[in-house]
Amino acid sequence: MSSTIVSTVNPQANALSPPKRAAAPAALVYGHERASSSGIWVGVFAITMSFAAFTSALFVREGTTDWGHLTLPSVLYFNTLVLLVSSITLECARQALEGRRSEALEVAQKASAWVMITLLLGIGFCAGQFHAWQELRAEGIYLATIPNSSFFYLLTFLHGMHVLVGILVMVYLAGRLMASHTTFRRSLFSNTAIYWHFMTWLWIYLLLLCRTKL
Amino acid sequence: MEESSVQQAHVHAPPEGFIRKHIFSLDHKVIGKQYYALALVAVFTGMILSWLMRIHMVWPAAKIPLLEHISSAGAPGGVITPEYYLSLLTMHGTLMVFFVLTNAPFAAFGNYFLPIQIGAEDMAFPRFNMMSFWVTFTAWAVLMLAFFIPDGPPIAGWTSYAPLSAVGKDAGPGMQWGMSLWGLSIALFCIGSLLGALNFISTTLDLRAKGMTLMRMPLCTWAWFITACIALLAFAVLLPACILLILDRHAGTSFYVPGGLVISDRLQAHSGGSPLLWQHLFWFFGHPEVYIAILPSMGIVSHILINSMRKPLLSSKVVIYSMMSIGFLSYMVWGHHMFLSGMNPMSALAFSFPTLTITIPATVLTLIWLGSLYGSRLQINSASLFALGFISMFVSGGVSGFFLAQPSIDIYLHATYFVVGHFHMVMGVASLFGVFAGTYFWFPKMSGRMMNETLGKLHFWITFVGTYCIFMPFHYLGLIGNVRRYQSFVDDYMQPFLGWHKFMTIAALITGAAQFIFLFNLIYSRFKGRVAPENPWNGTSLEWSIPSPPPWNNFGAKHPVVYHDPFQYGVKSSRGDFVMQDSPEQVARASGD
Repeated sequence: MSSTIVSTVNPQANALSPPKRAAAPAALVYGHERASSSGIWVGVFAITMSFAAFTSALFVREGTTDWGHLTLPSVLYFNTLVLLVSSITLECARQALEGRRSEALEVAQKASAWVMITLLLGIGFCAGQFHAWQELRAEGIYLATIPNSSFFYLLTFLHGMHVLVGILVMVYLAGRLMASHTTFRRSLFSNTAIYWHFMTWLWIYLLLLCRTKL
Repeated sequence: MEESSVQQAHVHAPPEGFIRKHIFSLDHKVIGKQYYALALVAVFTGMILSWLMRIHMVWPAAKIPLLEHISSAGAPGGVITPEYYLSLLTMHGTLMVFFVLTNAPFAAFGNYFLPIQIGAEDMAFPRFNMMSFWVTFTAWAVLMLAFFIPDGPPIAGWTSYAPLSAVGKDAGPGMQWGMSLWGLSIALFCIGSLLGALNFISTTLDLRAKGMTLMRMPLCTWAWFITACIALLAFAVLLPACILLILDRHAGTSFYVPGGLVISDRLQAHSGGSPLLWQHLFWFFGHPEVYIAILPSMGIVSHILINSMRKPLLSSKVVIYSMMSIGFLSYMVWGHHMFLSGMNPMSALAFSFPTLTITIPATVLTLIWLGSLYGSRLQINSASLFALGFISMFVSGGVSGFFLAQPSIDIYLHATYFVVGHFHMVMGVASLFGVFAGTYFWFPKMSGRMMNETLGKLHFWITFVGTYCIFMPFHYLGLIGNVRRYQSFVDDYMQPFLGWHKFMTIAALITGAAQFIFLFNLIYSRFKGRVAPENPWNGTSLEWSIPSPPPWNNFGAKHPVVYHDPFQYGVKSSRGDFVMQDSPEQVARASGD
């Protein structure tokens, strides 16, 4: 089914192996595999630009008289670890997908298991971030309490929303992998992976920013 | 999402049913037309608002029929209050800059023609494309809602400077819910534009037909591509700015509002924010926005001039590089909007220099157009007339930019009508002339019918002369110190200028009325116009190689192969004096390129 365009997870043939992709007919050369991959980079660039704008806003705001200090909840460091591990488990899923020798069905099962683990870690990260907010709230620090807390809530919320989008895509991805009779596009996986790793790097950047500036 | 986008672009069946075909369509051509229609509604709304402003300015006691029904507080008995004048000003600017100058030349024509011109069946992400239009439409609906709430539209101007835009109802009528609607509308608009820009960039990079190298793309495709790159950066910064504004207004934060601020005798419960921050973020978007408005028109005009002259431009490569440099430099000049904001004079100098540098690629472009026109046998029709008109407006409006780029002169001129004249000509009217040119040129392809040339030429001459009558006096008034944003000039030291203002108002009424000729032509030709052939202008680019209007999958499931750049005019070929991009015929050029 639509084998001209998509790489197929097919129990009968190991369609995921790279040689098959290279032999894809002209329709692939026409550009769609690449279209989606440039799309994700353009998206990553736009998100980077938005956070750069928030960062410059933070630098401007930092110079004012009511700038205080915010002690970051220590759960954030644990969350960072969770997110880092989730990036690694996603790479494990990639490894599983690229395993050439095993059967395609087995490949899909293995990969979807890793994707599920990544997914759970992602949810764990979001829960951890929520816990950090609860900690701050318990201390009486809200969004508008001091400018530092405004930036903290804002940056963590917006990053969290982006992670949630990643989780939703990952749910779809895991579903596609598990229903191995349907088509599965390799670029969907690689784009999700690019996005997910980007979220990890973005969080590390935001954590450093919060740690040094807030 | 992506899988379905692939299927939409390649293996899908033609859309069926009214809703899929005409409303929630994934077809880039339908989306392009939807953007055009939205821009058309917005431009006539914006124009009527400008009429109301001009009338109020010179006849402040005039009773305007029906206006009372729209706002009983803003226009009691049909007479516009000073505050309502500012509301009209804000809505005029916002509608025109966002929903007309961004939507028409870039989103409308770009959506329709970029995929066709590079030989693609659709955009890279048709679902994002559909979303981008409907988010933009929602943004427009949210903005228009401000007219109909009791609070009325905001009075902060299209730039919505903080802190007044960030404090709520103390800042005046319309500044409570009207201003919030404005912030929400622009935030939505940013999301729509980002999705659009993402599509334009990916499509151009990855969906080009075989043989369509970057340098073989038509100049308007280049312009849309460069504009998309600018838009991606610009709207990615305006969106955070709007988020901060909304938080300041509704969540009690203080990003923009300083401490100890008393507005309407009330101490504002904010502290430490920076009003300058809004200006920096806004103008970091705002200046590139000027080029988002004008670059597509530059591309469209180049595309049309080459076709009408039946010869290539002196150098198409230099045109592309000039547009790129304009795009690049546009990110270094935002501070020239802020010379009066109290920033460090040294930084004013640092912003002044790149601003003056932009005049170099702009001048190069103008010289290439004029140099190419010199000695050419230009075919005069509505499209080429508007293309010439574009050059005229661009030069006349652009020259005043030399003055404004210098802080010492700008300090005097900044708050005057000189600036209003400058940006209306160079950004507003010039860009719209590109849109008009594009409409007359591409209407046959989009609708399958020709537009009426006589009405087109009449529309051009009234608009061309009328525009100069409206906007040149702005410059003179500015030089003699007529401040802008004031609601009327009848009762103070500006009384002696009233004659000028009356003249401009009458010119605006006549020029505006002439736009109904265009609207009539558009609607009449759509149904009664002469049936258009496939290639009415003997063009070379790929849009002319397919039927008018194009089928739903553009090239009928074929993948075009490109053999030439689109500048093969003035040659001897089997079809006449041009070779289509997808024709394998090899011909020698009569004169040097």
